[in-house]
Amino acid sequence: MTAADLMLALPEIFVLGMTCIIMLFGLWLPEERQGMISFVSIMTLVFAAIILLGWDDPDPAAVSFAFNATFVRDQMADVLKLSAFIVLAAILVYARQYLRVFKVAMLEYHVLSLFLLLGVMVLISAASMLTVYLGLELIALPSYALVALRRDDQRSTEAAMKYFVLGSLASGLLLYGLSMIYGVTGTLSLAQVANITAMGNNTVLVLGLIFVVIGIAFKLGVVPFHMWVPDVYHGAPAAVTALIGSLPKLAVFAMAIRLLSDGLGNMQMHWMSMLVVLATLSIVVGNLVAIAQSNLKRMLAYSTIGHMGFMLLGLLTGSDQGFSAAMFYAIVYAIMAAGAFGVMILLSQHGVEAEHLDDYKGLSKRSPWLALMMLMLMFSMAGVPVFAGFFAKWLVIQAVIDAGMIWLAILAVIFSVIGAFYYLRVVKLMYFDAPDKDDAISVPADFRAALTLNGSAQLLLGIFANILIGLCVASF
Amino acid sequence: MLNEYWPILLFLIIAAGMGAALVVIGSVLGPKRPDDEKLSAYECGFEAFEDARMKFDVRYYLVAILFIIFDLEIAFLFPWAVVLEQIGWTGFWAMMVFLGLLVVGFIYEWKKGALEW
Repeated sequence: MTAADLMLALPEIFVLGMTCIIMLFGLWLPEERQGMISFVSIMTLVFAAIILLGWDDPDPAAVSFAFNATFVRDQMADVLKLSAFIVLAAILVYARQYLRVFKVAMLEYHVLSLFLLLGVMVLISAASMLTVYLGLELIALPSYALVALRRDDQRSTEAAMKYFVLGSLASGLLLYGLSMIYGVTGTLSLAQVANITAMGNNTVLVLGLIFVVIGIAFKLGVVPFHMWVPDVYHGAPAAVTALIGSLPKLAVFAMAIRLLSDGLGNMQMHWMSMLVVLATLSIVVGNLVAIAQSNLKRMLAYSTIGHMGFMLLGLLTGSDQGFSAAMFYAIVYAIMAAGAFGVMILLSQHGVEAEHLDDYKGLSKRSPWLALMMLMLMFSMAGVPVFAGFFAKWLVIQAVIDAGMIWLAILAVIFSVIGAFYYLRVVKLMYFDAPDKDDAISVPADFRAALTLNGSAQLLLGIFANILIGLCVASF
Repeated sequence: MLNEYWPILLFLIIAAGMGAALVVIGSVLGPKRPDDEKLSAYECGFEAFEDARMKFDVRYYLVAILFIIFDLEIAFLFPWAVVLEQIGWTGFWAMMVFLGLLVVGFIYEWKKGALEW
């Protein structure tokens, strides 16, 4: 280990150090000054981003390894980490008032969120199977605790229990697969795994690959490994749903790239067919079942399943074009999800979760600004042109067509049209139905600023899509 | 090749013989004065036969979890101490960072009152 190694991981070290400091000082902070924790946490994210960007790399496309090649820093890692900072900062702004109203432990929420972020960063930069597992568990353990944060709420604890049992099972399956790959290749380093698998396949390796794919599918929540997603999204407090619905998706995308492309890229013919099945099922089941939901959290949960299916479409092509399309999809999705749950968090300000679709009736009359933001987020999720979500879907489908799988592209288009129905239903409720209640919605200034940015980001990322697409393309 | 397993076989035979002999000798020669307490199963201070769904102080688990963290730390410290000369200052500071993180957790649980019964 050298100083250069530590420098490479400086953002991670900084986040870890700050989280420990926040945890210690938060303990002595009096009740009425707990808002400080939120401020310091967001500042941590800002400075972490500055450290990340301030790294003077002569060649941005360079790939640098650290800690005996267990940690890698490349452009994909930088872009994904930066997106994670932005998304988490927005969520922390949204969560502040919610945590106070629902009497959720302020300190624990922030500390666990930052640890989750650390896990996301480690997983994104993983270059060895050991780092992959370390990052994955560092994401999973805070998530379980976060879901159970309202521990006297029955639904919340039930969701946490379910999440814990299924999440552990998924980790176990992934680990089993990794152990088989290690058994055949004799190395944990993904780069060396790639070298060894280039010499030919063997049955155990394929078996290991199957378990690895199952592990990834579990963590992404794609059909048929999706059963935990609606329950966990539904049971978790809205501020936590926003977190687990956005950040881990970025990390699991990176994990899929590291394992399937960097490590097992030579076995593409094997994992491609598995991903085709997973993606097809997810797009079909996610979009169809979402129509039947009357609860917005569950609807967004099924929509996540559909979206992750779309992201897999990009991955399964195995081409650089597909990977960059999937990366664009993951980033755009994380931002969309954070915004949609942000609206839900804001409407939950009276101590009752605003999760029923009826809560959104006539929202345009209660708060035109909020309705407009939600409109942009829903349009983006549905994939209406000009919005970022449209370009995400377009790029993915283009990659699939270029890979010669026309039927898959047709299926994806059909189901994104079907999916548009339930997003537009929310818009219809907001703009064309009479409101049930007419109490004013009070919005803190920082919340308004963050959500305005988040909502209009959908439009800006759509109009100026080339910038982010350029970054994604340059990553592969 | 098979010869090398001979000590293991011998060990198995002696272990089985020893085990059987002790039980047989004990039951043949030992005095037998049974009473209720002796015949009941030992269950750490709980009734041996009752409804399993009884109230059970959750703090038992808390203490157990807190204990296992520091117990594992010891299990990690021992091999570290043995090879400290080979791993040098890097190894030393790596362990110090690890212990520092544990101390942060310890301060947290102390301040939160998890150690009070």
